[in-house]
This record gives sequence, structure tokens and C-alpha cells, in this order.
Amino acid sequence: MTELEAGRAQALVPVRSGAALHRYRDVLIALIAFAVLASLPFFTGSKALLDFVIRCSAYGLFATSLNLLVGYTGLTSFGHGMFFGLGAYSFGLIMQKLGLSIPVAFVATLAVTAVIAAVIGAICVRLKDIYFAFVTLAFQMLIHSTILSWASFTGGDQGLRGGIPRPEFLGINLANHVHLYIASCALLILGLLAMRQIAQSPFGYTLRMIRDNAARASFLGIDVWRAKLTVFVLAALFAAMGGMVMALFVSGAYPEFAYWTISGEGIFINMLGGVSTFLGPMVGTVLLLLLNDTVTRFTEYHGIVLGVVILFFALGLRKGLLDFVAEWFSQRRDAGEGR
Amino acid sequence: MDLDALTGCLSSSACLVTQTTSGLIIGMLLFLVAVGLTLIFGVLKIVNFSHGAFYMFGAYFAMTAYHLTESFALAMLAGAAGTAILGLIFERVFMSRVYGADVLMQLLVCYAFVLIFDDVVRLIWGPEFKSMGMPAAFQVMPLFIAGGVVPPYYLLLIGVALVAAIVLGIGLSRSRIGKVIRAAAHNPGMVSALGINTGLIYGGVFALGGMLAGLAGALAAPVRSLTPGMGFSVLIESFIVTVIGGMGSIVGALVGALLIGLIRSFGSLGFPLFTEGLMYLFMVIVLVSKPTGLFGKEAA
Repeated sequence: MTELEAGRAQALVPVRSGAALHRYRDVLIALIAFAVLASLPFFTGSKALLDFVIRCSAYGLFATSLNLLVGYTGLTSFGHGMFFGLGAYSFGLIMQKLGLSIPVAFVATLAVTAVIAAVIGAICVRLKDIYFAFVTLAFQMLIHSTILSWASFTGGDQGLRGGIPRPEFLGINLANHVHLYIASCALLILGLLAMRQIAQSPFGYTLRMIRDNAARASFLGIDVWRAKLTVFVLAALFAAMGGMVMALFVSGAYPEFAYWTISGEGIFINMLGGVSTFLGPMVGTVLLLLLNDTVTRFTEYHGIVLGVVILFFALGLRKGLLDFVAEWFSQRRDAGEGR
Repeated sequence: MDLDALTGCLSSSACLVTQTTSGLIIGMLLFLVAVGLTLIFGVLKIVNFSHGAFYMFGAYFAMTAYHLTESFALAMLAGAAGTAILGLIFERVFMSRVYGADVLMQLLVCYAFVLIFDDVVRLIWGPEFKSMGMPAAFQVMPLFIAGGVVPPYYLLLIGVALVAAIVLGIGLSRSRIGKVIRAAAHNPGMVSALGINTGLIYGGVFALGGMLAGLAGALAAPVRSLTPGMGFSVLIESFIVTVIGGMGSIVGALVGALLIGLIRSFGSLGFPLFTEGLMYLFMVIVLVSKPTGLFGKEAA
């Protein structure tokens, strides 16, 4: 063994065990987070608080999945909300028309989303930057108009009404509020954990490389188109999960779920929380929902208040909240080490 | 779907004329908004997401001026000049801070102003639908061309938009200012090194774009109802127009706007519920076959 190879072997070992350690740490954090969330109903009877967490789960899954595209791969999708709407509608329709059990409908919805996302993605990811943004937006609006005009199937502008049946499975009754709450939390935590694994996997680092320099990644033998398509479909699946949580929560699906403003809110949430950290979008979700709820309570002109807050983030901080905090910490640490 | 209505219309000259003129005025209004959007993108490299607000303000300014002065010309002037000033202030105070920043950051600033402007309009003019009313000078018998009904106001609207298109086209390609603007779009650093104030050019182009959108709003005020948020659908449609025509191309904006206008007016006959869907479908087809749009240059 030459000196160089020896050095490399030494360098590799700690990285690998470090990765495993990080994975256990992530799982541990996820378990603790789930335990805290799941024990919430025992401490408080507040239905409003539980509702808030359920909404956070739906939007959080959606926003974090968007960050896989925006933050990790550099694909600014303006139409990611279509998969949120698609998830809500296909889940609702499958439950209403076919009467399957919830887990089966859940998997079936994911399958439907994967197929549609693969078709749309195959067309979209060839395009770059602003053109990618526009063509995803166009697809989103296409789906939205289809939902509006196919009234006999989707209920048109009235949305999918009549409630979504929620038959009991494995002793879980989602018509029960607490059961629904715990199921939403479980889906959120599982979804986040899965996305974290994707982000930290070699595939996740491939995505970062594509974001930073796609030409170089392609020279290194990476099929950029395929990697982008893969992450497009994966992100769509998690967005659909968010949509399903939403559909279960409101027991229906509405055209607004597929409207472009959902995508706009997703982007906004990402900017609010920060795209450079994994949990940034989650922080952004909580911030936006809190902001929406409090501001609408105090003034009917919530657009002005929300706008000023956005301006503060965009022109004042120039980054998301968690980005800001993370940078502040690393600066403090560097200062402490005398760097 | 109602294909019979569509084929029936295509075979009757009266219906053909009526639908074509209504398609043309939709197209011309869209052109005025979209050309500002495409100009701002071409020179400032910014996607002005708040452009619809200028259309909205143009309409409201025109309505207020018309109700105060009863003069149609002054109303048009108020709509155009008011939004030009607004555009200048908006660019100098806010947008100029995010040049060179992330695209997302620029969009966010615009998004914030979409929310703020809509609420400002609600605050000043109230949330309900408003209407400006057709000026007396145009309350005359409509013209009949080949059996089709054409209100004279539509002709004025089409004429004004066409004049704006020609003036813009010639001004940009021939005049000195037009050349400076095109140079600034190409290489702002060099232009500024030659002693030209690029900040002024950027502000001017933004004001011009705002003015065109405001003019479109003012022209639309007599024939559309005014409501906060009215800029939104116009914004989305003019995005489609610029993307179809090619970002940064004025000819592209004109062709794209007319195509979308005609798709809208004829599509509403054949596919009353899927008219919007047709536009998006068309946009997808164009983008997939030619990502830079019909008249866009290949990405530099």
C-alpha cells in the first residue's frame, strides 16, 4: 500500500461511520419528535392546536418536497402544487368511487402520482431555469383547468364534495379526530425522515452537484436528465402525501389545491424558512400558518401585513430564517475558535 | 365540448367577424401588458411578477380621473402617467435592491407587492366591483362589417395598441435612446463605463413597461369590470404570451398575444369550459417544441 492509498483509506473510514452515526441520529430525532407530537393530545384538549399541527403536516410535507427540487437540485418548480392537488383528488376519488381501504388507496394514489409525474417530468426537466418554471406552471394550470372543466368526474369548481369515506383499518379510525391527528404526525415524520435519507444519500449529493455545476456532473458520467427526473417524481410523491393529509383533514378536495397559488405559497414557505437547511421549509410552514392565522384575526387587510413581512425577509434578512440562524451560529463558532 | 358551435361560427361571416374582433381586443390588451413584461425582462433580466398590478392601477386611475373630469383623454393620460410614476418609484426604491440576487428573491419581492397593491386598492376604492362606464363619445351605433357587430370603441382600442407597437418597435431599433437601451440589455457594464447612467435606463424601462400596462388597464376600464385582483388573470395570460412569443421579443409578444386572443375567443365557442386549458396546452406545446418561444433567441 502506497502512502497515498493509506491516507485515502484512513480518510474514508471515519466518513462512513459518520454517515451511519448521522443516520441513527436522524432516526432518534424523528422518534423523539413523533413522541412529543403524539403525546400532545394527552396534555391539551385544544382542537385548534391539533388542527394546526395537521395543517402543518400537510403543508410541511409539500414544502419540504419542493425544497428537494428548489434547494437541493436547483430546479425552481412553479407548478409543484399540482401534485398536492393531484394527491388530494386521486385519493378522494379512489375512496369515493372504488371504496378501497385507506392504505390501499394511499398506495394507489402514490402510484397514480408517480406515473403522471414521470410523464410531466420527462417533458419538463429538459428545460432550464425560468423555462422550467414556466412549463411546470403551465402543466399545473392545465391540471387545474381539467379539474374545473371535468365537472362530472371531479365536481368542477364546487370541489369533491360529499365527504371522503374513512373506513377503519388496523384499529385506526381516521374519522376520530385524535386518530387522524396521530396518523398525520406519523406521515409527516415518516415523510421527513425519508426525504432526509434521500437528501443525505449519495444520490442527494449528486443532486447538489447538478445544482452547482450540471455540466461538470455530466462530464463525470452522471445522467443529469435521469437524476432530475428521479427527484422530480420523488418530490411529487411527497407532495401528494401532503395532499392526501389535506384531503383527509377537510374530507374533500377543492380546485384551489391544484391552483398555482399553492405552488406560490410553497416557494414562499421555502424562502421564509430557508432552503439551505433540511428543516428550513418546516420552520417556514409553521411561520406562514401562524402568520396567516393571527393576521387574518386582527385585520381584513392581511395582504399588506403579509407583504411587509415578506419584504422584511427578502430585503432585510435576504435569506430564510433558519439560513440566517445557521449562518449566525457558524460565525459565532468561527469567532470562538479564533478564525 | 361544443364543436358544432365552433364549425357553425367558422362558416358564417358575421360570427367570424364578431369573434375575430373580440379576439383582437383581448389580444391587443394582452400585448400592451406583455410587451412591458418582455421589455423589462429583456433589459433588467427581471421577471416582473407584479406587472398585473400596474394594469389594475391603470384601470382604477382612469376610472377616478374620468369620474372627476368626465374627459376620456384625461382618463387615459391619468392611467398611463400614474402607472409610469408608480413604476419608476417601485423600481428605484425596491427592485433595484435585488438585481443580481437569486431569481426567487426577486419573485418574492414582487409577490409581496402583489399582496400589498391588491389590498391598497381594496383600501382606497373598496372591495366591490366597479365600472367606469362607456364614454359618451363612443356610445354610438356599432359598425356592421360583413354582418358582424363591431363597436367603434374596439377599433380605437386596437388602433391605440397598434400605434404603441409600431412606435415601440421603431423607437427601439432606430432612435438613439432605443439603441442605448438595447446596448444596456446586452452589456450594462460597458454602457455604464461609457458614461451612461444605467440606473436611469433601468428605471425608465420599468416606468415604460408600467405605463404600457397602465394604458392597457385604462383602455380596458370602459369594457371590463374593475376589482382588486383583476391584474392577476391578465398577468398569468401575459406570461403565457411572453413565453410563447419568446422572452425579450417584441414581435413575439405581438404574435403571442394575438394567438392567445384568438384562442380565447374561438375556444370559448368550441370548448366553453376548457378555454383556459387550451391556452396552457398551447403553451406546453410551444415550450416543448421550441423552449425559447416562437421568436426567442437561443439562450446565450
